[in-house]
Amino acid sequence: MTLTNRLIWPAVTILGTVSFGIVALARGEPVNAAWLVVAAVCIYVIAYRFYGLFIANKVFRIDPARPTPAYRHNDGLDYVPTNKYVLFGHHFAAIAGAGPLVGPVLAVQMGYLPGTLWILAGVVFAGAVQDLTVLFLSTRRDGRSLGDMIRGELGPIPGAIAGIGILLICIIVLSVLALVVVMALKGSPWGTFTVACTIPIALLMGVYSRFIRPGRIAEMSAIGVVLLLASLIGGQYVAADPVWGSFFNLTAPTLALIVIGYGFVASVLPIWLLLAPRDYLSTFLKIGTITLLAIGIVVVQPYLQMPSVTRFIDGSGPVWAGSVFPFLFITIACGAVSGWHALIASGTTPKMIENESQLCFIGYGAMLMESFVAIIALIAASSIHPGVYFAMNSAAGIIGTDPAHAAEVISNWGFTVTPDMLTQIAHDVGETTILSRTGGAPTLAVGMASILSGLFGGKWLMGLWYHFAILFEALFILTTVDAGTRVCRFMIQDLAGNVVPAFRATESWANNLIGSALACLLWGYFLYQGVIDPLGGIWTLWPLFGTANQMLAAIALIFCTTVLFKMKRHRYAWVTLIPTVWLVVCTVTAGTQKVLSPNPTIGFLAHAQRFSEAIDAGKVLAPAKSLAEMSRVVFNDYVDASLAGVFATIVLLMVWFGGSACLRALEEPRVSAVEIDGAVRGAGDD
Amino acid sequence: MVRSGGRAMTRFKLVCERVAETARLMVGVPDYKTYVAHREAMHPGKEIMSYEAFFRERQEARYAVSKGRLRGCC
Repeated sequence: MTLTNRLIWPAVTILGTVSFGIVALARGEPVNAAWLVVAAVCIYVIAYRFYGLFIANKVFRIDPARPTPAYRHNDGLDYVPTNKYVLFGHHFAAIAGAGPLVGPVLAVQMGYLPGTLWILAGVVFAGAVQDLTVLFLSTRRDGRSLGDMIRGELGPIPGAIAGIGILLICIIVLSVLALVVVMALKGSPWGTFTVACTIPIALLMGVYSRFIRPGRIAEMSAIGVVLLLASLIGGQYVAADPVWGSFFNLTAPTLALIVIGYGFVASVLPIWLLLAPRDYLSTFLKIGTITLLAIGIVVVQPYLQMPSVTRFIDGSGPVWAGSVFPFLFITIACGAVSGWHALIASGTTPKMIENESQLCFIGYGAMLMESFVAIIALIAASSIHPGVYFAMNSAAGIIGTDPAHAAEVISNWGFTVTPDMLTQIAHDVGETTILSRTGGAPTLAVGMASILSGLFGGKWLMGLWYHFAILFEALFILTTVDAGTRVCRFMIQDLAGNVVPAFRATESWANNLIGSALACLLWGYFLYQGVIDPLGGIWTLWPLFGTANQMLAAIALIFCTTVLFKMKRHRYAWVTLIPTVWLVVCTVTAGTQKVLSPNPTIGFLAHAQRFSEAIDAGKVLAPAKSLAEMSRVVFNDYVDASLAGVFATIVLLMVWFGGSACLRALEEPRVSAVEIDGAVRGAGDD
Repeated sequence: MVRSGGRAMTRFKLVCERVAETARLMVGVPDYKTYVAHREAMHPGKEIMSYEAFFRERQEARYAVSKGRLRGCC
């Protein structure tokens, strides 16, 4: 270590500790968010330098002399050796999405501290480790996908089980993300108009880049952004117009049907027309807005108005049900650890890595960056008034639809708020009401609007900033919905193709239509169920989404641990084993509680039983309004319970397959991992 | 003075190029110059796609899920 190094690292450690101490120990008065930012950055820097590099160099023994797939298969298209900063940007843009923006916002109901601690500990010891390990293993296997690698190292049956898990997570992700958009747009003509405008704008961009000026990404994106901003400003006047305002003022069920129909059309149309241009627009807007928000927080330095820990730590919270363990750890998935990243880290990135020595920077580093996005979202949500936060995130079934009543309920929880404050904030952001705008996106939008209007524009621009934030989230969520529907369609075709081989032909129009319709039906079912759920849908579906995502992370980490054993690096297997055990415990506990808990707010079966008993007695329980609705609630409960059960079972099966593969590897005298390009280098015990 | 100014200019240009390259790769279009250089060096005499054809090929490939490409959700 050089002298500078000897001085810098202790200084970073002290700075981090002091900042964290201020955040954690503050009692009574609000803490400045800057301390949280400083603490997080110090932790990231230390974790990268001392843990990330340790994993790359000591555990994997990365070999800078080994040619990467980018060189061995260089074709200038899929496999291209790419500058590490460029690839970092690509990888970050691929992993960052709605997850790190929504989960932390929902977790704030327990105060800012529990979420912060999990985001930081989770990313350092689980999330970034998973991303780095999968990226490393895929780079050593020609950039093969997670499913392929599991089939190769664990066998065809675990491979098939993981495949089913991936299809299920896709369906749940799509329905939950679509639900977030629906909840943000219901009864909001301004937002709905702006988001609706993205469709003709994308079509125009598609035609432009196909026929008018082929392949000019910068030009068409610039045109798209300008038109988008015009529609954002115009939305205000459309909303105020008596005719058009009511035309775009839609209820949640109507919006849900529109989104499902949109997903179908976007999946069927040629990709250059709608899907690709939307993707360009949303990617650039996403990166730009996240950067802007980060700058905003650093400059404005808002105070965290939410207490560090609220009374809802006991599991009685109105946003989602359940206690800290295990439910906090599945509520915040992305930002701490996200199974979805295992799919991306085994996608295009490993095919473009220039050198194995850059794995840590891209794999571990990009995940730290995503975690920072999660911290930013958490700060934005904690910086708004707690009363406003709970008014926005509690379902109508809990706080009612009248500001006076909502203010009374929330004040009784100990977060004093007046009806005037609730109507004033709605007025400030240009909406008629902010009550029960669940799903996290509107809360983040209010937080962003108050931070960004502090940076630029003042209070009179708050409505514009709010709708800009809604637009930015809706835009990239809807892009995920179209791209995800296509993914689902291909997976369904592949799965059904085992029975009806003709269904596999992806070029066939009939297959395209049937496959897309099936995919939309599957996620649309859960979306619609969530929309008509009087508890707001997020309450029911977000825990299922979190469980699914963490299930995938558990599968990926089990796979990583198995390969470390097969490489004879089991001395260091604790690196992936610790997060594996934690995620398995969390997902299995959460899955079991969701099915079996006797508390009807948590357990689906207990909830179903309560409603069944009421049906037998001929009683209608609120929030259902008729006996038919009651039966639907019971049916949905059984569907959700089965899903939660399936998730827990998949994890347990994978534990069994992974565990037995590890034991076999231990007995094996030699290295048994299958790397492409000859012998497994750098493997074996020290 | 002139030289160091020139060097700063070159550096600035390089950074701009890298940023543009990153933005294009974010939406799935790798560097065209690299592709052309690769074809010329490794497959001399063989056909090289025009930028328009290259762009279309990459656009199709980005969403061709059957190749195991899945992208951002969270």
